[in-house]
Order: sequence, then C-alpha cells, then structure tokens
Amino acid sequence: MKLVFEKSISGKRGVRFPECDVPCAGNIPDKLKRKNYAELPEVSELDTMRHFTRLSLHNMGVDTNFYPLGSCTMKYNPKICEEAVLYKGLGDLHPLIPQLPDGNKFTQGALQVLYETSQFLSEITGMAEFTMQPLAGAHGELTGTMMIAAYHASRGQKRKKIIIPDSAHGTNPASAAIAGYEVVSVPSNADGVMDIDEFEKILDKETAAVMLTCPNTLGLFNPQIKKIADKTHEAGSLMYYDGANLNAILGKLKPGDVGFDIVHVNLHKTFGTPHGGGGPGSGPVGVKKNLVDFLPISRVVKKSDKTYALKYNYPSSIGYIAPFYGNFGVILKAYVYILLVGKEGLARIAENSVLNANYIMKKLKSYYHLPYAHTCMHEFVISAVKQKKNGVRAIDIAKRLLDFGFHAPTIYFPLIVDEAIMIEPTETESKQTLDKFIDIMIKIAKEVDENQEIIKTAPHNLGISRLDEVKAAREPKLRWAK
Amino acid sequence: MPYISNTDEERATMLAELGLNSIEELFKDIPSELMSYSFNLPTGKSELEVRHFVKGLASKNVTDLICFLGGGFYDHFVPAAVGAITSRSEFYTAYTPYQAEVSQGILQSIYEYQSAISLLTEMDITNASLYDGGTAICEAVMMAVRITRRKKIIIDEAVSPIYRKILHSYAANLDFESIDVPVGKDGRADRKIIESELDNNAACLVLQNPNFFGCIDDLTDLADLAHKSGSLVILSTYPISLGVLKSPGEMNVDIATGEGQSLGLGLCFGGPYLGLMTTRSKYVRQMPGRIVGETVDKNGSRGFVLTLQTREQHIRREKATSNICSNEALCALAALVYLTLVGKHGLRELAELCSAKASYARERLLKIPVIKQKFESPIFNEFVLELPIDAEDVVSKLMNKKIMAGLPLGHYYKNMKNCMLVALSEKRTKKEIDFFVESLGEIL
Repeated sequence: MKLVFEKSISGKRGVRFPECDVPCAGNIPDKLKRKNYAELPEVSELDTMRHFTRLSLHNMGVDTNFYPLGSCTMKYNPKICEEAVLYKGLGDLHPLIPQLPDGNKFTQGALQVLYETSQFLSEITGMAEFTMQPLAGAHGELTGTMMIAAYHASRGQKRKKIIIPDSAHGTNPASAAIAGYEVVSVPSNADGVMDIDEFEKILDKETAAVMLTCPNTLGLFNPQIKKIADKTHEAGSLMYYDGANLNAILGKLKPGDVGFDIVHVNLHKTFGTPHGGGGPGSGPVGVKKNLVDFLPISRVVKKSDKTYALKYNYPSSIGYIAPFYGNFGVILKAYVYILLVGKEGLARIAENSVLNANYIMKKLKSYYHLPYAHTCMHEFVISAVKQKKNGVRAIDIAKRLLDFGFHAPTIYFPLIVDEAIMIEPTETESKQTLDKFIDIMIKIAKEVDENQEIIKTAPHNLGISRLDEVKAAREPKLRWAK
Repeated sequence: MPYISNTDEERATMLAELGLNSIEELFKDIPSELMSYSFNLPTGKSELEVRHFVKGLASKNVTDLICFLGGGFYDHFVPAAVGAITSRSEFYTAYTPYQAEVSQGILQSIYEYQSAISLLTEMDITNASLYDGGTAICEAVMMAVRITRRKKIIIDEAVSPIYRKILHSYAANLDFESIDVPVGKDGRADRKIIESELDNNAACLVLQNPNFFGCIDDLTDLADLAHKSGSLVILSTYPISLGVLKSPGEMNVDIATGEGQSLGLGLCFGGPYLGLMTTRSKYVRQMPGRIVGETVDKNGSRGFVLTLQTREQHIRREKATSNICSNEALCALAALVYLTLVGKHGLRELAELCSAKASYARERLLKIPVIKQKFESPIFNEFVLELPIDAEDVVSKLMNKKIMAGLPLGHYYKNMKNCMLVALSEKRTKKEIDFFVESLGEIL
C-alpha cells in the first residue's frame, strides 16, 4: 500500500483551527525559527480515514482472529473497559493537578482507581503493597531489580548477581543488567523446570535475587518452587516473580504464599487490557512488607477520613521511575476488568485457560513433538523437530497458519526448545475455535508429507507473501524521505 | 462469567478428552498447601452496574477548570478522527507485529510514524517509540554512555525536573556521575558552566527546548562545544513547538527525545503517553526499542517488518541496548494520525496560534504592576511569572474561580516559591485569557 506521504497533495488540509482571536502575533525571533516546514503529509480528513482504515484491514487482532501467541495472553478485551477511558473526568485529567495546593481533592476518583487497583493486585498476588507506576512489564522488572539493589544496600551489602533460568524471557536478564547486575543463567532439567542441583551450586552470598516466571515459559509449574524460595531466603537473597504467566494461577495461588518477595504483573496480559499493537502496557510491582520502604515515589494513600492523597516523603525509596502514577488509562481498564470479573471469576479464568491449553496439547501431541509431555498450565510448547527432518521449520508452520485465518503461536521461544512453537489459547476462546485450530494444525502436519511446498511458500492468501527480513536488516530502510 | 464462552457441557467434554474428572486435576502440580481458597475482593458485577459506578468515580474528578497548567503536558485539541482510527480493534487488539504478513497495518503505521517524527525533528532515524518523554531521556543517556564509553552526564537544570528525577533513579545503579547545571539568569542554559564541565569524561549534555520554563533558544553553539569534547548532545523537545522552532537536526544534536502526548493523546492523568526518540544514522545500532524497516515480499511487493532486532533483549538478553520490549504502538498511531490531519501547514499554523496566545497572555499579565517577568528569554507557549506572594496561594485562590492558573514552581525549585509556570494552547480563547488576567489582578 502507498505510504500516506505518497498520497500528499499540496494544499490539502485535514483539520482547521480556530481563527486567532488575540491581537498579537507570537514574537519568536527569526533566528530561533526553523528554516523549512516539516514535510508532513497534506491530505484531507477523508483521505486520512481511508488510509488508516485500509491499514487496519491489513492487521489481525484478537477481535478478528484467534491469536494463540504464547506468553502474551491474547485474551478478549471487554469493550466497557475501553469506554471508561473516554469518560469526562478520566481521559482529560491533567496529571499535575495533584501537585497543586489541595490538588488531591480535584482528583479523588482517579486516586481511588489507583489505590483500589493496587489493593486488588496485592490481594491477588499476596503482596503487602503495589506501585502502579511501571509503564510496561519490562519497566516493572527494572523497578523490581532497583528495589532489590536498594534492599541489599540498606543492609550494607552490595550483592553482584541475579540468577535467572535459561527458559526466561529476554527482558529478565536485560532488566537486571540495567539495574547494574551480573546475570547467571541456570539450566532447565529434563522435566523442563529449573535444575535445583545446578541452582544450589550457583546460589551464594553474592546472589541478590532469583528471577522466575511461574509457571515457566514452557507452561510448567515447578513443584519444587517452595524449596527454591526457602533456599533463596536462607542465602539472604530475594525471590522475584515475573508475572507474565499469572493468568494460569489467578484465583488459585498467591505468589506471595510461595515465598516470592517482589511481583510484577502485566495488566495487558492478565487483566484484559488490550495490547495496542505492541503497547501501551502496564507493569505494576508489588512487594512484601520488608520491601515497602523502597517502592517508588509517589504513593497513593487512603486517609482516615476515607479520602485519597499522594505522598512523596519516603527517604528509602528508589525514587521516581515514571513521570506520574503509571499508565493510568491502562490501569483504569484493568480496574474495570477486575470489577467485572470479581473474586469468583478469577479462578474461572485460570481454570479455563489451563483447560483450553491442555485440550489443544492433547489433540496435537501425536502430530508434533512434545518435548515435555506433562500436564501444562495456561500454555505449552511443541516442537517442529519432526517436521524439520522433512524440511519444514517452525516458521513455515507459523506462516501457513496465517493462511487459515489464525495468528501464529510464538515461535523459537523459549530458546531451550529446538523449533519451538508456543501455544497459549487463553480462557476466552471457545471449544469451537480450538477445534478449528486443532484441525488446521493437523492438516498442516499432514501437508508436510503431502504438499510441503505449500507450507514453505506460505502465506498465500493475504495479498502479501512472505517478507524478506534479511534484506530489511542488511539494507536498512527505516523511513520515507522526499 | 460473560468473557468465558465455553459451557459446562463443553468443559465436561474437554475434560473427558483429557481423561479427567475435574478441572482441579489440572492443577495437581501445585502443592495443595500453597493453594488459596479465599480472596478478599468484591464479587463480580454486571457491565451496567460497573459503568454506573465508574461514571460516579469520574465525576469525583474536576476537569471543567480553565486550564493554564502545562509543565510538559498540554491541553491540546484532539480531532475526532484520531479516536476513530485508534479505536479500531484491528489495531488495538493486536500485539507486537511478530508475524509481519498479518500485521502490515501496524507495521506500516509505525514506519510512517518513524518517518513523520524524523521529518518533524529533521533527524535521520526514529525508533518505534518508548514509554514516555522521561524514560526516553534515560534511554538516550544510556545510549550515549554506550557510544562514548564515558560516564559523566551533564544536565541543564531547565530540563524538566520531573524527568531529571527519573534519570537520577536510573543512574543510581549504573555508577554515572551526573552534574546538574543551574540555569542562567535569562532562563537560558549557562554556557560558561557547561563549557567548564564538558571535558573528556563527559558522555553527554542533556538539554531541553523549549525548556521547562518555556524559554526557547538556539543550542547549536552548545552542540558544537559538546562535540569538541567528544560528547553527545541529547535534546528533549516538545513536538508541537517544532511547527515553528528551529529543529534538533538544525541544531546538530545527536539524539532528540520528547513527550508525544501533545500529538493527539489525552492528558489521561499521566499516561499512556509516547516517548519520542530519534537520532543520527550512525547511531542506529545503539538505539533502544523496536524499529520497523521496509522490505519486499517474495513477489517483490513492498512490505514492512521489525528489523535490526539483534540490538534487542529477546535476542541479546543482558547485552541488549535496552530492556524495553514493548513500544507505545497505539499512541504512536494516534500521533501519526494527528500529524497527518494537521499536516505540513497546519502544524506551523498551530504552533503560531499557541505562540500568539502565550504572547498575548504574557503581555497582559505583565501589565499587572506587582507581577514580574522571571526570565527575559523569548518563549513559545509557556512562561514563568514572578508573583509578589507564594504562587501556591495564587493558584489556590484561582481554583475557586474555576481557573487552573499554572504550576507553582516552589515544589521543584527551592528559590522559586513565588514563581508560577503558565501554559497556553490553541484551546484557550481571548475571553478565557482576559478572565484569567482580571481574576489574577483582583487577588493580588
């Protein structure tokens, strides 16, 4: 499709501003002005609408297609959550109002949303207190690791390393590195969970924390998790919970009860807020009592007169990590979601997401290699190694799925599984959708023997064929220029 | 629960397929003593009840005041077409475009966004966006540290104090030495101090234009000085001002960042916002975040993909250029649609409108005899007034007249207790400005 810049015709306008009603012109000296106009497009409002509406039609979303992207929890996003952000008093609220004298009184509704969401999350995860500020999951991880550093510093220690299993998301080691830590990777054992003997060898007085996803990225719950937590605490180290997979245990298990000290939650995964084509997300972080002092500034408190206020005076805090109170619009959607679902709904979410995943796994396991044949949680990983022997790789299977109106699962992650295909159906999908997906996955497995070429050259039905990523990286063309 | 579509019967069928009698059996790996059976949370409610309740909460927030509050976050007009596009669920219910062939909509929009921001800033290459304008500065500083292999950061104190605080938290664990340089008397960056700090340990000089006090400047001379010492210049910008102001590219900076909220995003109590980051071609491989590139499909047709991914955490893990995984794709889309609607000439017109309103307001306010101008530098849409009394008192009294007069600066700068930062956008009418001036005159 043509770029919007290529549709530009000199003189067209998409919006009109009011006539200037003040007598003066601005008095910006010429030497502070730019020489040339920014070459933005010149198009009408209709041109704009057509262009972007057409672009949207070249995009799959949860509302249009099944989107079993493992590790991303692509569940349905209730529309009332979207609506709430548009209410007058929420979407148009200036973030600096609380900094004005008596400003809290003008923002009571918004502060209540922040306070109650943090309370809900504390209850769900078994933590003492939450900060809603982190702007995404990875930002939550960074906030958490900063608090880990502050905790050890408060005890006069500067521990050097953070232990992370080899199946972890890439953000875990990357976040630890930005907080100044060395990363030590622990291999997974034959059952697909962190090898506890290897772990104990690495765990020492230099270990600041152990960062875990639970269930892990293979969709497996480590039955030894409590033992790992106990050992970690014995070594004076902290347990960090990456909440990427919280959907699996929602309403069933509180990470705090297992011994996790710090938790980050991805509201865009577990709590029904849309992923926005890659963001905005939101990654609130919760901590146990012994870490509360280190939470970022500011904090929302509920006063004895039941009003809400922002507080800033926390000398042990890691400081500010975001400009304000987090991605408020995203938090609001999650708040609405929790109100809708309620306490009895949480466990139903976990149960149905786990049932849906196990159902697909059972139906596919005779067609694809299942490296860890064990009851899974909300997601599972199959491998295309069998198909690879016949010349078809995971990426080919992913592309072929697109032809049948399914978004592909996550592929080549976790890194410890060769030709990984990671499938997460979520609780919101129906048996009818799962059955269709299963049928197509089986059909593709059969095509490997019968008509390989059709898989290797997929997709065929999208108006665009497979894109050359190597060319994009070798000859980077990263913008339009006149 | 309405968001789970399977019936009890279907669940029973599925369990039977698995050879199980109950869903609980699926959770057998979790030791029973770790399971929780009670959660102190409200019971679920219907959509109708929740809507009513949330509307009630919304009404507890006051947003009908006349807004002169800015501080980097502005009350601009958002054309209806922006929301019409960003509320298309093909966009907002998608994820990061890992499968390019079914994500051309998002990918092309990001590519166009990268192009639009590059054109606006007159820089070479823009990434797919970061969280916000503040964390974008942190990422830019970490990028400069990687490029120069130096650890000293020089920051003009007229860079938003909201952002400087974030930078200080980030820097705490990374052994950066950060020097905050007090702003000059005229409101411009203090050349003398900065020059003395720019030595061969300096990784970067961080500046903002218009700065936090609304003052505008040509920073080319500082960029030249910084380059002479082998350090980089990071400039935080306000995109609407670039409709008229000298661009970061023209000032020869190395990395430009900015808060994209003004480009079609609501104020939304602090987020989601949009972190702009754009740089020189030679630094692209040190850039954090997603980047979209143009390529071709098997038939030679143009298409777009995520590219240069070997910089990123999912491949490089602890050696990545950043830990960032997401971008603010939907906010970037809003900014792109906004810039498309406003267009080449509209942006200039808008910037001049904001500037004219600010000039008028400043001129009228300074006619109140007890009010002084804090800085003599030229301004764009925001300026600092020095009042005869505590600015907090002034703001407080005007709130009763339904005016949000501005931001008292004592909270951020100890010696500026009587100072107030006042911002104008195209939304403020002459009538509102006149009412503000009269009301302020009355209370002083």
